[in-house]
Amino acid sequence: MSTRLPGSERTPMTRFLDTRLGTWTGFAAAALVLFGLAPLVLSGFRLGLLAQFLCYAIVAVGIGLAWGRGGMLTLGQGVFFGMGAYLMAMHLKMADARFEGGPGAVPDFMELAGIRELPAYWAPFASPVFTVAAILVLPTAFAVLLGLAVFKRRVKGAYFAILSQALAGAFAILLIGQQSLGGFNGLSRFRYFFGFTLADPANQRMLYFIAAAVLLAVVAVSLQLRRSRYGELLVAVRDAEERVRFLGYDAANVKVVAYAAAALFAAVAGAVFVPIVGIISPASIGIVPSIMFLLGVAIGGRASLVGPVVGALVVAWAQTALSEQFPSAWTYAQGLLFILVIALLPGGLASAAALTKRFRTKPTPVEAAA
Amino acid sequence: MSAVLTCKNIEVSFDGFKAVDGVDLELARGEVHFLIGPNGAGKTTLVDAVTGLAPYAGSVVKDGEELRGKKVHHIARKGIGRTFQTAAVFEHLTVAQNLDIAAGAGRSALSLLRRRRRLPAVVVDTMDRIGLRDAADTPAGTLAHGQKQWLEIGMLLVGDADVLLLDEPIAGMGHDERDTTGRLLHDIAADRAVAVVEHDMDFMRAFADRVTVLHAGAVLASGSVDEVAADPRVQEVYLGTAKEAADAARA
Repeated sequence: MSTRLPGSERTPMTRFLDTRLGTWTGFAAAALVLFGLAPLVLSGFRLGLLAQFLCYAIVAVGIGLAWGRGGMLTLGQGVFFGMGAYLMAMHLKMADARFEGGPGAVPDFMELAGIRELPAYWAPFASPVFTVAAILVLPTAFAVLLGLAVFKRRVKGAYFAILSQALAGAFAILLIGQQSLGGFNGLSRFRYFFGFTLADPANQRMLYFIAAAVLLAVVAVSLQLRRSRYGELLVAVRDAEERVRFLGYDAANVKVVAYAAAALFAAVAGAVFVPIVGIISPASIGIVPSIMFLLGVAIGGRASLVGPVVGALVVAWAQTALSEQFPSAWTYAQGLLFILVIALLPGGLASAAALTKRFRTKPTPVEAAA
Repeated sequence: MSAVLTCKNIEVSFDGFKAVDGVDLELARGEVHFLIGPNGAGKTTLVDAVTGLAPYAGSVVKDGEELRGKKVHHIARKGIGRTFQTAAVFEHLTVAQNLDIAAGAGRSALSLLRRRRRLPAVVVDTMDRIGLRDAADTPAGTLAHGQKQWLEIGMLLVGDADVLLLDEPIAGMGHDERDTTGRLLHDIAADRAVAVVEHDMDFMRAFADRVTVLHAGAVLASGSVDEVAADPRVQEVYLGTAKEAADAARA
């Protein structure tokens, strides 16, 4: 009988990482690689790519929480990623316009489109404080409202997945129709990031460090949630939602928290993504990118903490490397990889280490309870 | 005897079919109250109604408060706990984690977001009571069938339920496990009302303080084991089903 979801098996490694010392060691090692090793060995261009991949990894951590631990198949994280990205992009365009055209100037793409008057909803995004607050609050609040509406009605499983995917599709279509948000082309050609010029390699490197720091922070938050009583409750809801209700909990609220946290992570990732990549358009937030987010998590191991991060990085790297050489074959390779992982390694790469242990019986240690 | 839970004139219909048709039931502290009856008599449906799973007409009052129309988790918070025919423990969590979750419905958001440093005393005591102290760190999915049922009962105890509705708690248990379960039921009924939906007549005779017989959605008889056994209508229902079973076997 399987006792744990694949990907959360105990190995000596995971058991060590579970201790206080192990946790600090793990974070220190990750920080060493991200802040020390990577900038040392990677060229500016490669470091920029890694920064972009780290943004995908931040989204993946949230999906790992909502899907791996909470059982919510979030097929539409592009919505929240896109919200964060567009909110940030609006601020950057406003700042650029103020910097170069003086107060009252409209962003360059609007001039090209013949929009002379700044739309009212753009105005507040001249403020960096308002923008950051909006990135943190708006997508999360939307996720809470959506989550309450959906989970209170007990929509789950495939229905929830389809709903969230349709939402991502609808969101992308909505944006394509908005000329005041760049329409199909989206927003691009940013020059300044909170007063720093984006053309400067030192500032690009700083953006990489920001992405790395955000990733570590998000992993830390996710770890705390997993280890808390809430984390246990979330797994209980995933495995037997009805039973949790009969214990006196409102299961919908439990799910909303994880869903909102995943939305917040995705929004922050989108906001960091924009200055790094320099463009956000409906093509990077619709259905296909949303599935891409999920793919990395599935391959890395949805129930584990680090699996989604590794999976997201591997998939993003493979896409960049392989799609350059075999532009048409990559899509098939991607599909094949997905099928192989789901069929042979449902717990993702994270469960590969534990596979060797699967057939060994292990004694159950009994700890002093109190 | 004082009733903790009073059900009056409960009616549950599915598409016009009345699964429960005007049932009155009182559960009292200190009693193990068996609900018996042939398949389809409405026993489980009655439990579903009381716990908020099936909509019904009529009234369920606990401690002076009407429960009809309340949500499942609100009813659970009023101290009404139930188990299911198939044990529904959280298989990927340990015994201790299962009990800790069951004990925590009233916890604040802040305490939920913190790591559990130690088990609450009530969890430890309950593990002793249901005989699973040694299995504290065992994933519930690997427990034996009987142990899962005990864990489920334990989860209701730590949650401070004072009305326990148990749906076939000894299904699939061996003889010794049944005895242990029966004694456990009497032990916990000391300061609670315990209702047991059961098919096993030997178990019922050994451990029932009070019996209510349901048939075709209505109460056929209610009283002590002897009173109910002496009721000719009960005999007819049970002999009837026995005769049908015999006929079916012969055919």
